[in-house]
Amino acid sequence: MKQIPAPFWTLVLGIAVTLISLWVGQNHHLLPVQASEQAPLVDDLFNVMVTIGTALFIVVQGAIVYSLIRFRQPKGDDTDGLPIEGNLPLEAFWTAIPAVIVVGLGLYSVVVFQEMGGFSPGGHHGQGAMMAMAPQPSVIDVAPLIAQTEAGEDVYSKTQVYGFGASPLVQMNQPDVTVNVTGMQYAWIFRYPGTGITDGELHIPVGQDVQLKIEAQDVIHSFWVPQFRLKQDALPGEPAELRFVATREGTYPVVCAELCGAYHGGMRTQVIVHSAEDYAAWVASRVAEAAPTTAVAQSAVDATDAEYLAKIAPELAKASVQIAQSTPTHP
Amino acid sequence: MAQAEVSMKPTEIQGGHGHPDKWKWYDYFTFNVDHKVIGIQYLVTSFLFYLVGGFMAVLMRTELATPDSDFLSPELYNAFLTNHGTIMIFLWIVPAAIGGFGNYLIPLMIGARDMAFPKLNALAFWLNPPAGLLLAASFFFGGGAQSGWTSYPPLSEITANLPQTLWCLALIMVGTSSILGSVNFLVTIWKMRVPSMAWDQMPLFCWAMVATSVLALFATPVLAAALILLIFDINFGTSFFKPDAGGNVVVYQHLFWFYSHPAVYLMILPIFGIMSEVIPVHARKPIFGYKAIAYSSLTICLVGLFVWVHHMFTSGTAPWMRIFFTISTLIVAVPTGIKIFSWTATLWGGKIRYTTAMLFAVGLLSMFVFGGLSGVTLGAAPFDIHVHDTYYVVGHFHYVLFGGSVFGIYAGIYHWFPKITGRMLNEPLGKVHFVLTFIGTLLTFTPMHNLGMQGMPRRVAMYDPQFADLNQLVTVGAYILAVSVIPFYFNVIWSWIKGAKAGPNPWNAMTMEWTTDSPPIIENWEVLPVLTHGPYAYGMEQADQVGPAGEPLATPRS
Repeated sequence: MKQIPAPFWTLVLGIAVTLISLWVGQNHHLLPVQASEQAPLVDDLFNVMVTIGTALFIVVQGAIVYSLIRFRQPKGDDTDGLPIEGNLPLEAFWTAIPAVIVVGLGLYSVVVFQEMGGFSPGGHHGQGAMMAMAPQPSVIDVAPLIAQTEAGEDVYSKTQVYGFGASPLVQMNQPDVTVNVTGMQYAWIFRYPGTGITDGELHIPVGQDVQLKIEAQDVIHSFWVPQFRLKQDALPGEPAELRFVATREGTYPVVCAELCGAYHGGMRTQVIVHSAEDYAAWVASRVAEAAPTTAVAQSAVDATDAEYLAKIAPELAKASVQIAQSTPTHP
Repeated sequence: MAQAEVSMKPTEIQGGHGHPDKWKWYDYFTFNVDHKVIGIQYLVTSFLFYLVGGFMAVLMRTELATPDSDFLSPELYNAFLTNHGTIMIFLWIVPAAIGGFGNYLIPLMIGARDMAFPKLNALAFWLNPPAGLLLAASFFFGGGAQSGWTSYPPLSEITANLPQTLWCLALIMVGTSSILGSVNFLVTIWKMRVPSMAWDQMPLFCWAMVATSVLALFATPVLAAALILLIFDINFGTSFFKPDAGGNVVVYQHLFWFYSHPAVYLMILPIFGIMSEVIPVHARKPIFGYKAIAYSSLTICLVGLFVWVHHMFTSGTAPWMRIFFTISTLIVAVPTGIKIFSWTATLWGGKIRYTTAMLFAVGLLSMFVFGGLSGVTLGAAPFDIHVHDTYYVVGHFHYVLFGGSVFGIYAGIYHWFPKITGRMLNEPLGKVHFVLTFIGTLLTFTPMHNLGMQGMPRRVAMYDPQFADLNQLVTVGAYILAVSVIPFYFNVIWSWIKGAKAGPNPWNAMTMEWTTDSPPIIENWEVLPVLTHGPYAYGMEQADQVGPAGEPLATPRS
């Protein structure tokens, strides 16, 4: 019987590896649900990387395992293996292929980054260039806490802002909702400018453009909502921003991701994504200082953070964070 | 079969310092300047610190078996996580891979009697034990540093001030040790090769050490600067990193990562060198692509200096930086891939001997493929922003540091133990060690990726109850890893005393360290060796006439 030629086997293996990789890339179920407009962008990038990674993994591990079995030393054979020292075309090939892959991934990352609003935090279009700064009355060059700024004074127009801004499509628009987020050991405080609302949980409407102005009061914290695929360090003295549109109603965890002290692991709260009607009702109820949802309502004007925290501390400690269904929504 | 041969040419012994014939046990506790003594000092010390760091890891995993903080206090947990990282990096992998294997092997591989600066070498080693003592003292004076091995201000400036200062001083000492060692390696390799050895006839471990040393010289002083500024901020009222007094917290992160990203290459480049030595010997084949592997080490060294901001994608990082450092980070995958493919090609067509050294080398290869691929995903800023500071990152770097560096150190020990001690390690016990380590590594570090992507941040003593099941699995894996070191340490101690005699070249290897006795005499050779063949001339006819790339060797100087 004639032997099946090697190129045929190579082709069959290539097709099999490709199909397996594509399937794994689309069905790995490793990521939580997508709840923001940025999440599908990030997930698609990850899926592409998983697909390529699976193919490379199978090929390299396959070669290793095959070698270990096929080329093991026969008993009693003390001779050496083939004296092959290199193969220039092969080496050029396996240098070029990864190079092309990483350049491609790099370009794809840039595109995703732009669509996520990565080039426009703080509403700047200078791609991170420092803006000309107005002379400041203080002798230090640190932005004051948002919580301490006078009405009408905008920290964000004076200094470099980090994070994610508006996506290219809505860059010139004002956000629908702005929330000032302050991280402190070991809680997040959410203030809604112009309404007097202060809360220990973040309430936002679904499908609307939300801007979080993030700062830290003591040490570095990091604001992270896994279902939004967004994270930004809250840096003392450095204003930061996250701008996003939540796409799915529900309750999601807000996690501090940067080591901020002994109880860093306990610095957890939640973000509640309401329907537009529910959100309006929530705002109305809080403005009217009616019954609070979970945290204690209090005017931010006449309370220091410490007083506010002291009041809600028992609630924060007891609040069990409900996690949204972690079934991924893969199309 | 090709055998290493040395033509004995009468050369005057360049020693004659009135050395004894053999070192006694107490010589290993003195300011001894013999590179082999210093290498063993580094290895033994680092293996002791490995146990300390591992003990901390086991306590941390015990804490994390349940969601609540119910075994250690949160402060103590943070002290353990800080010191686990610090010890495993600065007092285990770096001293074992660079100080231990580097000092022991480099002069033997290039045909030198010792390092270029023997006293500097001894000084570099003796900076390490006091650093360990300072870290130990930090636990008794204030409960240990608690800001993570990164020690970001402002947290590190307002938490446990005295232990934090001691921690900084300890790191400055090991950093100084690293700089002194690097100068020594570069000068030794540059100037002290046996006259007949050209650059491209050096073993690849020497190339890896060149790249490592250059990287350490460029990067380490920057860490020292950062730590000195941090000490001033904590103790002397300056405000380099205090935002409420004009300082900037992001500057520290730049200074820190400018060293600490290259530090991960300091931990893996020597291991790449070990891989390039172990695989050809036990596969009985020349290394595939000698020059590509040598130059890829230098490329990693160069590119590795320009990727540090990928640790700061979610921090105070401008958009252009996020993009630039995404691209530069992804580029590192290319030279690393070249190495992986070359080692795999070296296996292809060999006569593979299943020694424990080879099992660990191949285990490393498998682990590193996975760790490298997860590293590429982390290089892409949009995805990194989701998983930064989560258990995904912890899983990734343990894959490349445990599945990479620690496996490599194990492979090196199994491979060179006969040379260092003159006795063979017990192979069956070694295989038990390998199996336990391999299973433990997979079980401990694979689920961490899932945890991170699902939403578990790193460095937490208490976590959301939904992550309990996977954490219990990780804890079981950690216990298996803890058990896995028992056969190894027993094997080393027992074999050192009672193992079978090894002879000068038990593996039939071709590099120069196998041409002298095991253990080598005090000045390495009675007469200096002369190169007669390349370091990997397996299976070559007339092996004594060609170098690693098949070219004729340089004529030895008379």
